[in-house]
Amino acid sequence: MKTLMLGNEAVARGLYEGGCSFVSSYPGTPSTEITECAAKYEELYAEWAPNEKVALEAAFGASLSGRRSFCAMKHVGLNVAADPLFTISYTGVNAGLVIGVADDAGMHSSQNEQDSRHYAQASKIPMLEPSDSAEALAFAKLAYELSEQFDTVVLLKMCTRVSHSQSVVEPGERVLPARKKYVKDPGKYIMMPANAKKRHPEVEARTKALTVWAETADINRIEEGGDRSCGIITSSTCYQYVKETFGDTYPVLKLGMIWPMPEQRIRDFAATVERLVVVEELDGFIEAHCRSLGLAVSGKDLFPDIGELSQNLVKEKLGGNVQAGAALEEAIPARPPVMCAGCPHRSIFYVLKKMNLTVLGDIGCYTLGAVQPLGAIDTTICMGASVSGLHGFVKAGEEENAGRTVAVIGDSTFIHSGVTGLINIAYNESNATVIILDNSITGMTGHQQNPTTGYNLKGDPCTKIDLESLCHAVGIKRVRVVDPYDMEACQTVIGEELAAKEPSVIISRRPCALLKYVKHPGPICSDPEKCKGCKACMRIGCPAISMVDGKAKIDATLCVGCGVCEQLCKFDALG
Amino acid sequence: METKNIMIVGVGGQGTLLASKLLGRLLLGKGFDVKVSEVHGMSQRGGSVVTYVRWGDRVCSPIIDKGQADCILSFELLEAARYTEFLKPGGRIIVNSQQINPMPVIAGMAAYPEKLEEKMSALGIQVDAFDALSLAEEAGSSKAVNLVLMGRLAKHFDFTDEEWMDAIEHSVPPKFLELNKKAFELGRSA
Repeated sequence: MKTLMLGNEAVARGLYEGGCSFVSSYPGTPSTEITECAAKYEELYAEWAPNEKVALEAAFGASLSGRRSFCAMKHVGLNVAADPLFTISYTGVNAGLVIGVADDAGMHSSQNEQDSRHYAQASKIPMLEPSDSAEALAFAKLAYELSEQFDTVVLLKMCTRVSHSQSVVEPGERVLPARKKYVKDPGKYIMMPANAKKRHPEVEARTKALTVWAETADINRIEEGGDRSCGIITSSTCYQYVKETFGDTYPVLKLGMIWPMPEQRIRDFAATVERLVVVEELDGFIEAHCRSLGLAVSGKDLFPDIGELSQNLVKEKLGGNVQAGAALEEAIPARPPVMCAGCPHRSIFYVLKKMNLTVLGDIGCYTLGAVQPLGAIDTTICMGASVSGLHGFVKAGEEENAGRTVAVIGDSTFIHSGVTGLINIAYNESNATVIILDNSITGMTGHQQNPTTGYNLKGDPCTKIDLESLCHAVGIKRVRVVDPYDMEACQTVIGEELAAKEPSVIISRRPCALLKYVKHPGPICSDPEKCKGCKACMRIGCPAISMVDGKAKIDATLCVGCGVCEQLCKFDALG
Repeated sequence: METKNIMIVGVGGQGTLLASKLLGRLLLGKGFDVKVSEVHGMSQRGGSVVTYVRWGDRVCSPIIDKGQADCILSFELLEAARYTEFLKPGGRIIVNSQQINPMPVIAGMAAYPEKLEEKMSALGIQVDAFDALSLAEEAGSSKAVNLVLMGRLAKHFDFTDEEWMDAIEHSVPPKFLELNKKAFELGRSA
């Protein structure tokens, strides 16, 4: 029966139908729902791993044991998993192994817009690229066939528009292949130099064999068009923009496998059209391949290599007229994302700003601490970089930085890759102060459990990593816990730890205000008689407070009664 | 048929995703090809959110581009004004007249524009502005703004009662079904 599915949900369905038995991932927008949806199938074991490297290695282990396995991540997650990726390329698999990687052109929720397709080429691993949910399901299943047929891990490349669009799919039945036997095979699985040297030629031969497969594969299809003045090569969501714009006007070579690409099929297609155009998002990846074949081709001379494409952009760049609707003349104020009312991160950032500290930030909801009026963060690079960066900043900056710099990192991000930085701080003895913002959940990606929450992906109780013990165990003697809602206490503790002549960790602990089990006191009121309009309460950037006719006004639909603004009011007007 | 396009816009946390889920189910049930595009992640945190709903014989692109929307269903006044360029000539805006100040306004760095309904009408847009929040509260919860807006949308589309009710029943938790049905009716009869 036809149903609407999110692209990510369709991948999960494809895993189910394709006989996948093991899923290990780390959440990251726009990939997160693949694993969440996979966890809903009882036949599938699914888990959140501490990070993408661990997830991929776990999935590889499952493949080795003879079960089809999978792991999902966002584009930057593949950087973390790149180490096993390049060597698993050499070993190949036992049972099928598929990696879902979701790019985020346009950076809806990411710190860069790297193009993951380069990883396929660099690691010599085939990459499939669906353009809608039906293909996401079909390609996930196909990926297992290819994985086992060609003895290779397979990359399934998603993007925001495919991952987060619902389109029509027809689900099928699950077919579970018999478990493959694990057979000891040192030459294949022990990648020491002597063995790896023998495996590398196998990898090159595999790419050649896959190129031959790509020549006739159904997923690399030519769709005829009446007007041969232009022929378009495209894939993924760009294919949809091309079809939306031109229908069956121009011939289209739609690539479902983006690496390795066919050669003869592209040459043949090019020979039938007057002008060859590649429509692709981000880098000119297909275009470069066409050029390597000696073909004259247009691509990034027309289309931007920054941000997303769209049907209007495709039309405009290929000579069509585009008419936007009427816009208001006046500027419409932006509505950037903000920390929620009652967010436990808000007050700690207020304190850090008040103390005029340099704050090395990390990846999560708390990156919003960089936004005005808090404006409390100095850097955001990647998962874990706050802690590791702090070590260098303090070591190299000596006394000048030690007493006035902190790192802030969330609970999940700390486990992901902050703990290794903390080990470096302890081992190499920098006088660093790390603040772990423990809100008992992975927040930004939509409330995923993690090793510090005491629950697993399926929602069952499980081993809970104790952050205090962990910090002590790696060699940090000074570990303090504060309630971020108590700003005075936070300031005192931060001051003491910055003054201490040894490394310290402050755990700012309060669960995310959006968690269902969190009980709030309820909205407070403002007293217009007492309010002097000093705007002290406006300095925390709470969406529930605004100034109306010179007086603070509380939005009772948003306010949860965290009491942080009350601590800022000198006139007792809030409460 | 020509592809129909509705943009559902609002502020992260207002329940725009439920509205698109409901519409998607209804349209698929009627045998259309349907695409619904959402944005998850960071922008959900109180930011401007957009969902595209498209249906027809064959829908390719998952997104709606400038000049293509038949209707913008907006959960908040400023958000309607932000996306007028996406409307087709003669397009319609159905908008909850509630105003939610964005952070630049709260922080005093920008002003919330005045008389937006009149200004949008002056552009030739059919503006249907009404207080959906009060109706949602009348139905029993401020969170039912999405169903009030769905009810208002229903006035402009030729779908049957059964089709709407089926979609509502399959999109909201049973516990809140009656509340949501009431919100839908209040929106439709307002």
